[in-house]
Amino acid sequence: MATYLEFIQQNEERDGVRFSWNVWPSSRLEATRMVVPLACLLTPLKERPDLPPVQYEPVLCSRPTCKAILNPLCQVDYRARLWACNFCFQRNQFPPAYAGISEVNQPAELMPQFSTIEYVIQRGPQSPLIFLYVVDTCLEEDDLQALKESLQMSLSLLPPDSLVGLITFGRMVQVHELSCEGISKSYVFRGTKDLTAKQIQDMLGLTKPAVPVQPARPAQPHEQPFVSSRFLQPVHKIDMNLTDLLGELQRDPWPVPQGKRPLRSTGVAVSIAVGLLEGTFPNTGARIMLFMGGPPTQGPGMVVGDELKVPIRSWHDIEKDNARFMKKATKHYEMLANRAAANGHCIDIYACALDQTGLLEMKCCTNLTGGYMVMGDSFNTSLFKQTFQRIFSKDFNGHFRMAFGATLEVKTSRELKIAGAIGPCVSLNVKGPCVSENELGVGGTSQWKICGLDPTSTLGIYFEVVSQHNAPIPQGGRGAVQFVTHYQHSSTQRRIRVTTVARNWADAQSQLKHIEAAFDQEAAAVLMARLGVFRAESEEGPDVLRWLDRQLIRLCQKFGQYNKEDPTSFRLSDSFSLYPQFMFHLRRSPFLQVFNNSPDESSCYRHHFARQDLTQSLIMIQPILYSYSFHGPPEPVLLDSSSILPDRILLMDTFFQIVIYLGETIAQWQKAGYQDMPEYENFKHLLQAPLDDAQEILQARFPMPRYINTEHGGSQARFLLSKVNPSQTHNNLYAWGQETGAPILTDDVSLQVFMDHLKKLGCLQRLLRADVSSRRKKALSVLCSRWSIPA
Amino acid sequence: MNVNQSAPPVPPFGQPQPVYPGYHQSSYGGQPGSTAAPTPYGAYNGPVPGYQQTPPPGMSRAPPSSGAPPASTAQAPGGQAAYGQFGQGDVQNGPSSTVQMQRLPGSQPFGSAPLVPVVSQPAVLQPYGPPPTSAQVTAQLAGMHISGAVAPVPPTSGLGYGPPTSLASASGSFPNSGLYGSYPQGQAQGHPGAQPPQRSVLPQASSFTPSASGGPRMPSMTGPLLPGQSFGGPPVSQPNHISSPPPQALTPGTQMSGPPGPPPPMHSSQQPGYQLQQNGSFGPARGPQPNYGSPYPGTATFGSQPGPPQPLPPKRLDPDAIPSPQLNELPPQQKTRHRIDPDAIPSPIQVIEDDRNNRGSEPFITGVRGQVPPLVTTNFLVKDQGNASPRYIRCTSYNIPCTSDMAKQAQVPLAAVIKPLARLPPEEASPYVVDHGESGPLRCNRCKAYMCPFMQFIEGGRRFQCCFCSCINDVPPQYFQHLDHTGKRVDAYDRPELSLGSYEFLATVDYCKNNKFPSPPAFIFMIDVSYNAIRSGLVRLLCEELKSLLDFLPREGGAEESAVRVGFVTYNKVLHFYNVKSSLAQPQMMVVSDVGDMFVPLLDGFLVNVNESRTVITSLLDQIPEMFADTRETETVFAPVIQAGMEALKAAECAGKLFLFHTSLPIAEAPGKLKNRDDRKLINTDKEKTLFQPQTGAYQTLAKECVAQGCCVDLFLFPNQYVDVATLSVVPQLTGGSVYKYACFQVENDQERFLSDLRRDVQKVVGFDAVMRVRTSTGIRAVDFFGAFYMSNTTDVELAGLDGDKTVTVEFKHDDRLNEESGALLQCALLYTSCAGQRRLRIHNLALNCCTQLADLYRNCETDTLINYMAKFAYRGVLNSPVKTVRDTLITQCAQILACYRKNCASPSSAGQLILPECMKLLPVYLNCVLKSDVLQPGAEVTTDDRAYVRLLVTSMDVAETNVFFYPRLLPLTKSPIENTTEPSAVRASEERLSNGDIYLLENGLNLFLWVGASVQQGVVQSLFGVSSFSQITSGLSVLPVLDNLLSKKVRGLIDGLRAQRSRYMKLIVVKQEDKLEMLFKHFLVEDKSLSGGASYVDFLCHMHKEIRQLLS
Repeated sequence: MATYLEFIQQNEERDGVRFSWNVWPSSRLEATRMVVPLACLLTPLKERPDLPPVQYEPVLCSRPTCKAILNPLCQVDYRARLWACNFCFQRNQFPPAYAGISEVNQPAELMPQFSTIEYVIQRGPQSPLIFLYVVDTCLEEDDLQALKESLQMSLSLLPPDSLVGLITFGRMVQVHELSCEGISKSYVFRGTKDLTAKQIQDMLGLTKPAVPVQPARPAQPHEQPFVSSRFLQPVHKIDMNLTDLLGELQRDPWPVPQGKRPLRSTGVAVSIAVGLLEGTFPNTGARIMLFMGGPPTQGPGMVVGDELKVPIRSWHDIEKDNARFMKKATKHYEMLANRAAANGHCIDIYACALDQTGLLEMKCCTNLTGGYMVMGDSFNTSLFKQTFQRIFSKDFNGHFRMAFGATLEVKTSRELKIAGAIGPCVSLNVKGPCVSENELGVGGTSQWKICGLDPTSTLGIYFEVVSQHNAPIPQGGRGAVQFVTHYQHSSTQRRIRVTTVARNWADAQSQLKHIEAAFDQEAAAVLMARLGVFRAESEEGPDVLRWLDRQLIRLCQKFGQYNKEDPTSFRLSDSFSLYPQFMFHLRRSPFLQVFNNSPDESSCYRHHFARQDLTQSLIMIQPILYSYSFHGPPEPVLLDSSSILPDRILLMDTFFQIVIYLGETIAQWQKAGYQDMPEYENFKHLLQAPLDDAQEILQARFPMPRYINTEHGGSQARFLLSKVNPSQTHNNLYAWGQETGAPILTDDVSLQVFMDHLKKLGCLQRLLRADVSSRRKKALSVLCSRWSIPA
Repeated sequence: MNVNQSAPPVPPFGQPQPVYPGYHQSSYGGQPGSTAAPTPYGAYNGPVPGYQQTPPPGMSRAPPSSGAPPASTAQAPGGQAAYGQFGQGDVQNGPSSTVQMQRLPGSQPFGSAPLVPVVSQPAVLQPYGPPPTSAQVTAQLAGMHISGAVAPVPPTSGLGYGPPTSLASASGSFPNSGLYGSYPQGQAQGHPGAQPPQRSVLPQASSFTPSASGGPRMPSMTGPLLPGQSFGGPPVSQPNHISSPPPQALTPGTQMSGPPGPPPPMHSSQQPGYQLQQNGSFGPARGPQPNYGSPYPGTATFGSQPGPPQPLPPKRLDPDAIPSPQLNELPPQQKTRHRIDPDAIPSPIQVIEDDRNNRGSEPFITGVRGQVPPLVTTNFLVKDQGNASPRYIRCTSYNIPCTSDMAKQAQVPLAAVIKPLARLPPEEASPYVVDHGESGPLRCNRCKAYMCPFMQFIEGGRRFQCCFCSCINDVPPQYFQHLDHTGKRVDAYDRPELSLGSYEFLATVDYCKNNKFPSPPAFIFMIDVSYNAIRSGLVRLLCEELKSLLDFLPREGGAEESAVRVGFVTYNKVLHFYNVKSSLAQPQMMVVSDVGDMFVPLLDGFLVNVNESRTVITSLLDQIPEMFADTRETETVFAPVIQAGMEALKAAECAGKLFLFHTSLPIAEAPGKLKNRDDRKLINTDKEKTLFQPQTGAYQTLAKECVAQGCCVDLFLFPNQYVDVATLSVVPQLTGGSVYKYACFQVENDQERFLSDLRRDVQKVVGFDAVMRVRTSTGIRAVDFFGAFYMSNTTDVELAGLDGDKTVTVEFKHDDRLNEESGALLQCALLYTSCAGQRRLRIHNLALNCCTQLADLYRNCETDTLINYMAKFAYRGVLNSPVKTVRDTLITQCAQILACYRKNCASPSSAGQLILPECMKLLPVYLNCVLKSDVLQPGAEVTTDDRAYVRLLVTSMDVAETNVFFYPRLLPLTKSPIENTTEPSAVRASEERLSNGDIYLLENGLNLFLWVGASVQQGVVQSLFGVSSFSQITSGLSVLPVLDNLLSKKVRGLIDGLRAQRSRYMKLIVVKQEDKLEMLFKHFLVEDKSLSGGASYVDFLCHMHKEIRQLLS
């Protein structure tokens, strides 16, 4: 094993796991002093083309409280046909099917390279995929048309046996019955009335058919794998029908008086969608896809009234507690989200409007169920169209890149406990010996439900070291964690993916260097960022920033090297060197700063941040900047105002936006039309290069980023200017003497200033620490408990 | 009548009876034809025949006449003189003497004085008809002296009987006698009663004198006067009748039973009187005697006093029968005492016929104030010359007492029955539409009355004085016109509003809701598709019919296509709306299951123009039956359905009509859910009223909303069991809609009826979102309103919808003194939206006379209208009071009216005389029909729903409808030669009028029966039913086979003609004599005692007489 960097990378590729620490401090006290908690980013369904699933079922530890799965870390007695669980040390017999087992004839799950392995469960009925479209009809004609086309297109992408349903809403909510011939039927609901699931099912007539079907089910589970409902029909059956139906969709016919918003019953529509699936396909993977072109304006879950003169809430209103409908609406959607999650259904929101659409209130629908949240200006944009299309993209096996109704179970060896998880999941409230009392993120459980998953969905999972300070380091022991993900594959199979990882213990006092070297600052930054964002959902922005700062300072104190009282001597080792910078950009990011962002935008950004994998998350925290020039090949440059030069073309990727920025000179050249002159073909190529690269990024990214092509002085250049480190501002422009970049008109501190202060604080605080250590301990524990925010 | 009293008399009767029976029987049985018949006749006809055939009877009768000395004497003098008077139209009733006088004269003319008198009674009634002005029918029932008389009575009867024999002979001589047996004949011939009416000459007063002087009464019958005149007429008729005596004879026997029933009480008390009466009326007694027995018991029915007299065994009747003969010869008195001859009491048929003959030929010109129009049963043309046609407004009296004291004294309700959108015969022009441009119709500034012919222009035309409130208003410049020398505007005849009684104004935007001109109305068809509806085939039938029916939506004037838009909803436990927008390839169904909180799921495409969306609609109607063919849903909702329709109209911002086709009690969980609360045990208890009240207030609230939106609801019910019509009909009732009920609907049997009703209902012209206000000139005020509408205040009648069949009855009360000179004015203004969406005002004006003499009031009354009012009043009363109370109230009021007349207008005469005002001589018989109606006296087979339904129907009936509804028309089909194409003249609704050799048609506006006598000629059976014998006729048959022969064509033509006259299709039921269905049929023979205990006409008359006497004393 060469370097930790390689080790980390290798682990990530194999297991989809990145720990903040790759050598673990052996005691609770030491662990807390590490500041950055022991945690990992887990991508449960990381694509592993090289990993064919095995067609048998996993072998479980027989201890009822453990039930860990046989893995390469287990000790196996081949002669006795026994294996010892590495979590509870229970000795287990191999099942009869393993009779032929021997050192040379090992099952896959015992081979070290199969630390991650996927089982296919053959038992049980196969559940179809279910797609329930919930479509807003209060749209402009163009928008509606575009949306209709997208939806029609999507039908062709669905597997033929998947079930689809359609709910449309405007002033009323219509649930379309798809099975009928001739007359198209729909059930209509008032958009202003909140209905219980029972009422909805009664009104849809779903309660009756359940009776006759049930007895038939056990008899022929395979002939009749699922209860078919009038509202959810296999695509292949009603393809044409639904296409026509979509084609005939009209804009909401109710007149909208001048000065009013159309009445949009989104709250009820979602409620009905949830109720419908709840009644027909509980615990079956399903995707509710909500397309909305504006904020809910009536009924439960309304976000804003229909008077146009009253604008939708802003951060300002929220701070002033002036958002009338927010609390109620949020509560409504949370209730729905929880119900959907409990049934394994995920909710996507595709909101396309120029103004806000209430994502702030509705975010829990996606966040708790693992759905997608997509925000665009119009359904008639490529941003939406391609994003939507990409949802149905397929993997190398021709299966959708999505999985449903997953539960993630985490098992830890004794020295560890589970503090919580942050990601698109809800707690299943499974208590156990390995569940910590301190919660980080969604805690208090060892299992989570993730209703919608894709290969990039990533959770942050936080642990607590519980072994006591004076306890000896387990001999040769390694701490182990097993992640077991049950899910419904898009091929409708039930599968279990098991990842078992182990890390060495180290005594923090004697082996701090090891621990330090095994620090994964990228993972740590993202994990800390997730914690910060998680807190930001419920706390005031400045508090979160202060907390982040304090953590950063403490980390620097712990791992910085300096001479007393000499900030200039402050240094961080390589494995920590980038961390402060990440934190600097994180502080400026839209995840923590709401200035200049609407509540909806913030919600959307945070949503994506909480589910993307490490690389994407880092891009979100610290955008990538490439520079193109005649001076050489494209190169990444500092995200700094100094990188903005007249003769460069910059390509910035912030995950949400791709900005191509032409420097002043380049822009002038372009205006002059040099690129069209044959003799300046190289200029043409130069102009083209970032476009091609951007295209490449666009191809791979989900959701589609906003693509911005701008130039020096262009209005859209603000996207770039707001991101770069303001090393040059109007304040210090002349102090720098030399004009190397573009000054940024901001009062924000630059990275340099930030670092300077950090160094100072790092040294200073160290002094005090000894004196107040005992008190600080208390404070720390208080701090910890504050993290625990009930799910 | 001497209904009075006493049981004692009874016994005597009883005795006689035995005798009688023998008697009768012999006569009857033995010789049904001539002999037997005669006897009864005798009593009856005796006189009659005498009448008509003066000579023979004359002799024999003479005695009777004498018997009734007073009368006769009086008459003698008065004789023709009286006549003369009558002719003049005086109201002579006042002086009883005069009356008698008149009669006498009548009798004299007759030649056979004695007979005459008898005859006269009937005659009186009718004959007077013509001069009707004064006409007063005084039915003098010789008040038997109760106690005193009693004792003697028996003997009399005996005597009478004796005579009968003789009579018989007499009768023998007379064809009449034979007739007797057979009522029909009887009528024609002898039944003086019947004939006289025809004579109709002097209808002034008919007096029955049942009094002790029995005999006298006969004279009193006034008939005499008539005789002269009548003679001419009646005889003619008689002949016809005569033709078929034999069979008749038989019939009488059977029929007899019915009539005899007359109130036992009567007998008891006034046996003598009775007989007398009977003479006239006895008819009944004759054959039936045995039957009598049974009927009698029934008599008890009188609302209040069943008790006393009844004891009499039915058999007595015999005497009656006998009496007639006796009467003739013997002491007529006796006869009178025994019984009342049904033919001697006022006959509705006769009155109707007379009116037809006298007033049917000339147009009724409305120019004269306070003119009583012809009866509703008369075909006449109306020329509007300043007052509204009687087709629009009919009043109970056209002469209003000047003071409230007078009005109170008379107890005659002052009411107008208004049918603002009445359909007119093609010969009459519909009201002119006046457009006053932007300024709108010209109105009085103070009372807001509209310009009308009674407004007085003054100051050279610069101002006008309001005829209602006397306020002086300026004439706007654009309306100015000079006056001619009479003070009339020069342009009076150019302007409908100055010269006509009825006209329309175009309303300006000020008259519109929300100050916006209305959009055209919409029709929404809401179809129950629950299991019952599907199974009965209703849905399929309806959908099929709608396809073509939609082409006949009401349109205005010459419009090419109807402006009415249509929408469709089906429902069971949930509602299905349909989007039938023309641009769709297929209709779309939208299901609303949230019935608890109904709303309309779509706007665009729900209400569409039929022509534009035809293909989609057709496709929808094709698919509806298919879609629900397998439904198992049996529960339905109701209130949400109406709510949905109303909300749809609200959303579309238009008025309209909902057509609901509903099958069952709405028990599904929803607002307006009902439970089965039918409980027959409640009948005749204080809680009975709850059966008529709605179960829940929810429907009232809903109705209010509907009215506010101009949403009229028409309900078609197809129940298989109790559906709680009382509750379901609340909304239709309050929104001016109609309810149709087809119990146990089956396509095969009820298709025609339903479709015909549906077609008519859909096609009829309707006004929407209407407000009606009745303004009156100072002194009287509209205080009460009856009909299908809603009132949110005390003056404005709000009608979500109003069609040409709906009638509003308005009651007036005095609030000041009226002036004889200026009279009283009514102006009924109806603001409505036409079916093309035009906002209009329809104005009807009517001027009435005022009087200071009660006699004037009684001379200008209209009994039909009165009954209309009283029925509605009573039918509303059952909502709040026990039915018994309501009945008693009716009887009391009627008695008071008649007593007042008797006291103040009729000539002094013995208290035993029943004297009826000419105009009200049918009041007792009609009132009895009201009292016997299903609502007020339900039979065992009448369901709670039926009662509620009937109650509802009557509430908005017009005068013609109530008239025939309460007194059904019974038409003999085979009496007149087949070639005779005119409608046969009706016979009285009594079993004794049926002959078993004939076929009759009975209709009451809702039901249509074809009664086939058991011994009808085979040829007739063959040509009508296409089967060879009576026994092969299917009982309950509802369609006559189409056969190519004269009779079949004629009958079918007649049936079609009758149906065309009525607003609802009458399903035909063929009833065979002696068949079990006959019970049903008999229910409509309203002059007979009913199974449910309703009194026979005769009994009731006696009872009424007793009441009056009590009041007078």
